[in-house]
Formats: sequence, C-alpha cells, structure tokens
Amino acid sequence: MRLGKAHLVQASGRATLYSYVISHRPAPGFEDDAPYAIAVVELEEGPRMMTNIVGVEITPENLVLDMPLHVQFAARGEQQVPVFAPAAGSAS
Amino acid sequence: MKPGSVAIVGAAETDAVGTLPGYSQIALHAEAATNALNNAQLELSDVDGIAGSGASIEVASYLGITPTWIDTTSVGGTSFLLHVRHAAAAIIAGEAKTVLITHGESGRSRVGAPPRVPDPASPSGQYERPYGVSGPPSMFTVPVLRFMRDRGVTHEQLASVAVAQRKWSSQVPRARMRDLITVADVFASPLIAYPFHLLECCLVTDGGGALVVTSADRAADFPTTPVYVLGTGESAEAPIVSQMADFTTSGAFRRSSAAAFAEAGLSHSDIDHLMVYDAFAHLPLYGLEDIGFVGQGEAGAFVEEGNTSPGGRLPMNTNGGGLSYTHTGMYGMFAIQEAVRQLRGEAAAQVEGVRTSFVQGVGGMFMAAGSLILANQRP
Repeated sequence: MRLGKAHLVQASGRATLYSYVISHRPAPGFEDDAPYAIAVVELEEGPRMMTNIVGVEITPENLVLDMPLHVQFAARGEQQVPVFAPAAGSAS
Repeated sequence: MKPGSVAIVGAAETDAVGTLPGYSQIALHAEAATNALNNAQLELSDVDGIAGSGASIEVASYLGITPTWIDTTSVGGTSFLLHVRHAAAAIIAGEAKTVLITHGESGRSRVGAPPRVPDPASPSGQYERPYGVSGPPSMFTVPVLRFMRDRGVTHEQLASVAVAQRKWSSQVPRARMRDLITVADVFASPLIAYPFHLLECCLVTDGGGALVVTSADRAADFPTTPVYVLGTGESAEAPIVSQMADFTTSGAFRRSSAAAFAEAGLSHSDIDHLMVYDAFAHLPLYGLEDIGFVGQGEAGAFVEEGNTSPGGRLPMNTNGGGLSYTHTGMYGMFAIQEAVRQLRGEAAAQVEGVRTSFVQGVGGMFMAAGSLILANQRP
C-alpha cells in the first residue's frame, strides 16, 4: 500500500462558525483576553480547525453557529496564527 | 471471547477518595492494589499480569510483583476498560492467569504526580495551545454547542445531568458533593467555559482503584460475587477534538459499544444499569445516544424527565459520577468500580435487581473509547 499524498490548496480565508466555548479561565499568557472564544471553524474548502474569534464582543448573542467568518492573522509570541472575525456585512 | 469466560474477582478503591495530600501517586496505586487483592483473598505472589495507564512497571516493582504479562495502554481515562478487555483476551489465550489492574492519581494534591507540561510538538501543542486552551474544560467542551443546536438540547437539559447525578450522590457517603441541587443552582454557579458552569464540570480529586481479573472457571474459588465480562469494545477517533468527524456524535463511542453488544449477544433492553464517563455534563448525553439507549435528539429530555435518576428506568452514574463522586483525572476505574458494586449488591445507592451493567469510557477529548458489559451471572 501507499500513503495518500497531501497537497497544498490556496484557501480563500472564508469560513463558518462550527462550534465554540467562551473560556472564563484563561490559559497562561491569555489573562488580558478573558473571556475569549475558543472556536472550531469550517473552512470554505472543507477542513475544520481550532481558532479564536476576534473583532466582535465575545457573547453568546454575537456568536451564532454557522455565521460567516473571514481570516485575520494574530501574533502569538513569535508566531502569526490564523484567527477569524465576522465577515464584512454579516448580521452580527 | 465466549461471554462470561473471564471474571472480575477482586475490586476495591483506596481507603478514601478526595483530598489526600498524605499519599503519593504510587502510594495510591499500592493501597488500591492491596485492597483489591485482599478483596479476592489473594497474595501479591499470585499475580502474574499487571496493567495500568503507563506506570505499571513502577507499580509492580514497588509492590514486589514480577510480571510475565504487561499492558500499559494509556489512552486517557478509559484506559482501564481497555485493560479489562486486553486481560480477558490474554487469560483466554493462556498468556496470563491473574491480572492486577491498578489506578492511582494524585490529581488534586499532585504528590509524586508527573508535571503537566504540554508538548509543543504534539498535535494539541501545535493546533490548540496557540488559541489559549487551558485543559479539558476548554477543549472537551468545544463540540457541545453544535450538539445542542443540531439535537435540540436545551441548557436546562444539560444542567439536568448534574442535577440527576446529585440525586444519586446524595445517597453515597464517600461522594465529595452530596447536597441536592436544582437547575437554577447549576446556572448560578460560575461560568467556566460557556455554556458550561462549574457544576457541569467534574471534580478534581486524589484516589485510586484496582481490579483482579481471572478465568471464570476459577471464580468460584474466591470469596466475592464474581462479576463476569460478557462483552467488550474499544475504538478511537482523532487525537485533537477539532478533528472529530462530527461534533454531534462520537464515532469511538458507537464502535466500542456496538462491539460490546455484539460480543455479549445482548441488546439494550437487557441492560439494567449504566455508567457513562462524565468528565463534563454533555458526555452522558452523547453516551445515551451513541450507545443507542435512546435515539438521536432524545437524550436531553430522557435525563430531564428523570429516566436516569433514582427510580428511573435506566439508572445511570449511580455513584454520582465524575461530577459529584470523584474524578482523579482518569475516572474510568471508578466507573468500573461502581458497576462491580452494583452487580455485587454492595453499592451505597444500590439499585434493586441489577444483573447487567454497561460501562462506557472516554479517553482524551473524544479521542478514545472503551466499553464493558458486566454481569453477576454466567450465561
């Protein structure tokens, strides 16, 4: 047998909100951010990933499942990681 | 496995569970092992097989056991269910005769417990930690809003899991939390990770437990009521929760539980008593649906209406569970212990006429699953 080959795809940056929690017990280094959303988003291309939601006050009312999101990049130490904000023109 | 050809003949927990700063982790293993062997009236020299979640060589050395069969399967809190399954296979194959399975965890006091250092190269270290996860309360919980939305589960129904289990633990003197609570009490407790409040999250305690497993043909030689292993199953899904295929159902639960039913040759109506690993209040709801005791979308109402409470038709988590009894970190051992107590007729909150018990375990964040069907009569 052979392992399947992974290949790179240019992602659009568009995603929808699949599920999330709002963490009230911050991890070390995140004390100033609580409460913050730890979310799983579904990329337009299909895969899901864990991320944070930014650009909106983090409340259950503002975070509606399936809402459209768009990628941004945020510094985490020396890394830039993908995070997601409500897409322009979306209801919230 | 021919159902009932292997039995649990010794089972015990540490003298106490809760806050035990005077015990190192290895001491918890050792006390549980000693208690389980005494329960079966066996000596350390009778043990030829040793199992546990990772530390079994240290445990064997500490106790003075020379093992000729070893299983250190370490897949989180469900590991002990897998150890029972593996021990049964080894005993039937003639590779082991008397297997001692131990758990000891200084989960609260952290005495002699390994440091919790996240590995930055692990899947969680790469794909979860950059987003501020802080342990199971912010990872194991992430699927629940999708589950609630797609299955129509209300916040009141999620809280009712904690309420129902407190009804059981109110009858259990060893349980850490025994005061009856209401849904309003759950909602008034602090938010940990919305939608989870403190009372929907498990305890963090110290304690241990151990089991002695051997051939059912020898079971009559022991002073205890044999608890026969009728069916077993195990499976796994993704190592990190974001890659779980469908947030509304655990594939690992479905596969492990189906294997246990098939092996036992039993159906759901044959089960008198149920333990579902409850690190958080949503897990029993997944368990009820994925094992198949209720249909999809029915678990929330099933619990809310009292079907799993004292007097209900499917008594579940009758020690109070990880939410109210104890939760050292790897709770699966305590779920098995309560099933054994119910089948022996010696539980604190004893259910009348229990002949069969189903135990469903979970490891990691929906990463692994194990299932056992146990009975107090040999088929």
